[in-house]
Amino acid sequence: MSKDQKIIDQAISREYEYGFVTDIEQDIIPPGLNEDVVRIISDKKNEPKWLLDWRLKAFKRWKKMKNPNWSMLNYPDIDYQQISYYSAPKAKKKLKSLDEVDPEILKTYDKLGIPIEEQKMLSNVAVDAVFDSVSITTTFKEELEKAGVIFCSFSEAVHNHPDIIKKYLGSVVPTADNYFSALNSAVFSDGSFVYIPKGVRCPMELSTYFRINASNTGQFERTLIIADEDSHVSYLEGCTAPMRDENQLHAAVVELVALKNAEIKYSTVQNWYPGDPKTGKGGIYNFVTKRGTCLGDNSKISWTQVETGSALTWKYPGCILKGDGSVGEFYSVALSNNFQQADTGTKMVHIGKNTKSTIISKGISAGKGQNTYRGGVKIMKNAENARNYSQCDSILLGDKCGAHTFPYIDVRNPSAQMEHEASTSRIGEDQLFYCNQRGISTEDAVSMIVNGFCKEVFNELPMEFAVEAQKLMEVSLEGSVG
Amino acid sequence: MLIIKDLHASIDDKKILNGINLSIKPGELHAIMGRNGSGKSTLANIIAGREDYEIESGSILFNGKDLLDQSPEDRALDGIFMSFQYPVVIPGVNNTYFLKAALNSKLKHQGLKEINAVDFMSLIREKLKQVDMNEKYLSRAVNDGFSGGEKKRNEILQMLTLEPTLSILDETDSGLDIDALKIVAKGVNNFRSKERSFLAITHYQRLLDYMKPDFIHVLIDGEIVKSGNSELAKELEEKGYSWLEK
Repeated sequence: MSKDQKIIDQAISREYEYGFVTDIEQDIIPPGLNEDVVRIISDKKNEPKWLLDWRLKAFKRWKKMKNPNWSMLNYPDIDYQQISYYSAPKAKKKLKSLDEVDPEILKTYDKLGIPIEEQKMLSNVAVDAVFDSVSITTTFKEELEKAGVIFCSFSEAVHNHPDIIKKYLGSVVPTADNYFSALNSAVFSDGSFVYIPKGVRCPMELSTYFRINASNTGQFERTLIIADEDSHVSYLEGCTAPMRDENQLHAAVVELVALKNAEIKYSTVQNWYPGDPKTGKGGIYNFVTKRGTCLGDNSKISWTQVETGSALTWKYPGCILKGDGSVGEFYSVALSNNFQQADTGTKMVHIGKNTKSTIISKGISAGKGQNTYRGGVKIMKNAENARNYSQCDSILLGDKCGAHTFPYIDVRNPSAQMEHEASTSRIGEDQLFYCNQRGISTEDAVSMIVNGFCKEVFNELPMEFAVEAQKLMEVSLEGSVG
Repeated sequence: MLIIKDLHASIDDKKILNGINLSIKPGELHAIMGRNGSGKSTLANIIAGREDYEIESGSILFNGKDLLDQSPEDRALDGIFMSFQYPVVIPGVNNTYFLKAALNSKLKHQGLKEINAVDFMSLIREKLKQVDMNEKYLSRAVNDGFSGGEKKRNEILQMLTLEPTLSILDETDSGLDIDALKIVAKGVNNFRSKERSFLAITHYQRLLDYMKPDFIHVLIDGEIVKSGNSELAKELEEKGYSWLEK
């Protein structure tokens, strides 16, 4: 026991590997938030008037709203006037190729193990690299264009595809859906836009690497993905951020729309700075609103997330199952180690007939981490023969952490079939001893057992992400046990 | 190979072992028999290194090294293997992966190169045959959904793969039907050699019909009250344990 504790302590004392700051000139708006700031952001991005008006409306709503306090998260009040709402590397001129990108930025990606140049040549992944708030470069664009796929920064889409943006922006997550979506709608900086035309299977997995860099800058990403009829797309989102003392605020909004027979698979691996392992100081506050609408019949939206980073995670990717026969899925691994807190889950709203949803949630708590699953399943009156299967498992490593489960189930149609399973267990000393007796060290055993625990979710990840996710788990909790 | 001297041990202030003395030489198979609660499994677990027990006094030497100072994984790497009475389920961890990790850990410890996937598969297929196991068990999670007999065979499979020098068989016969018992015993018998030693722990003489022990020890209240050869097992079968009680 005491030996195991020592190993945990060692694992916990591991430094965050990605904690570095890139030294490049940046264009930053001074901290503070008012109508003028919203106007400046819109102006800097040269936005059309309708979008500025949309932002201003959202800002008005936000001012009337209150920070939600229903979660299990514990954190000091955020002073929104202390945050800078826009930061962009100083654009010297329009970039034609990677060679023109600031070498410092490219080096940053190198440290993160995302060599864009190599990716461009070797891998089949198109990367829309978001550096702080402005997209630097988009690769594979031409190949995608051939297929008719639009994959670009949100700002570009505003100029080049205003009709689609106008039609769908805020259609899944209304501006005033919640406090953070309203804030995002007012000050969002950039993000990704994807449109898959009718009948097209996107020829490659689309991927965005986010990176929060400028000190004290909130990052407010806005992502919109539209899959037209009979299309298919798999989208990967991976994130790392450098070490910081201040708590950095991140409030993204992601909207997905799947039309008839379309399928969207959205995968996230998130390992932002979780804060100082000994004091809990610093770390990212991650308040994200992610939602997809299965608008057409027989459409499908699948969320897979592996959340190992951030000091706070507040995130409930959900599906609105409007189309008859539509399918929503949520696969999640959330890890809270040291002082991390995660309050995450999903919301499945069944509106159409014969709609189906699956929820698999795996929570891992170690150190002093607190992990909460919060999930809602709602079967509306007209959703004949709706089915839901929910499984929420929690595993505890050590005796100072906690796991909490809050399933909300609201059934308004008697034909619904609901299944809910939940379990909470401590990592077994018997399991550890068994592994030890086979010559496997406690460290390796814990990582093996936890990876086994997460397997159902990792299986849902695209191959390269699954490998990354497993490595992340190892780094995040080698040897945690109690 | 293994020398236990005057070993006293307790759990939660309850005395379980009262001065065990036992010496096992290379190539020997020793059987420890006794009733439930006599301390048999405690002895096995202490040798393997489970930390739940308080060692009050005494010593265990394995190949001249003080065993009690070592972690369970170091003991395993040095050649001690325990076939568990209740093998543990590890959900989601592939049986092949587990076994390969264990073997590679051992190879690494011996300064040898880790085995690659192809070589490992051909090795494991050959071992599977020896315990009459279907290949489908390889793709399952460790002991997950295995019957009692399948779990025990899986233990023996691990033993054959890891090639320990001292194998402790903790009630390997319990929960086995006669066919499974024969298979397990065959696996063990084929594995016996001049270098390898065994400590079989059992309630019943039945196991010893299939594995010929060199020595039998009767454990009562944490003490070895009688030792002998295989004749002793037959005597126990006829008379039970009570004639040995003080």
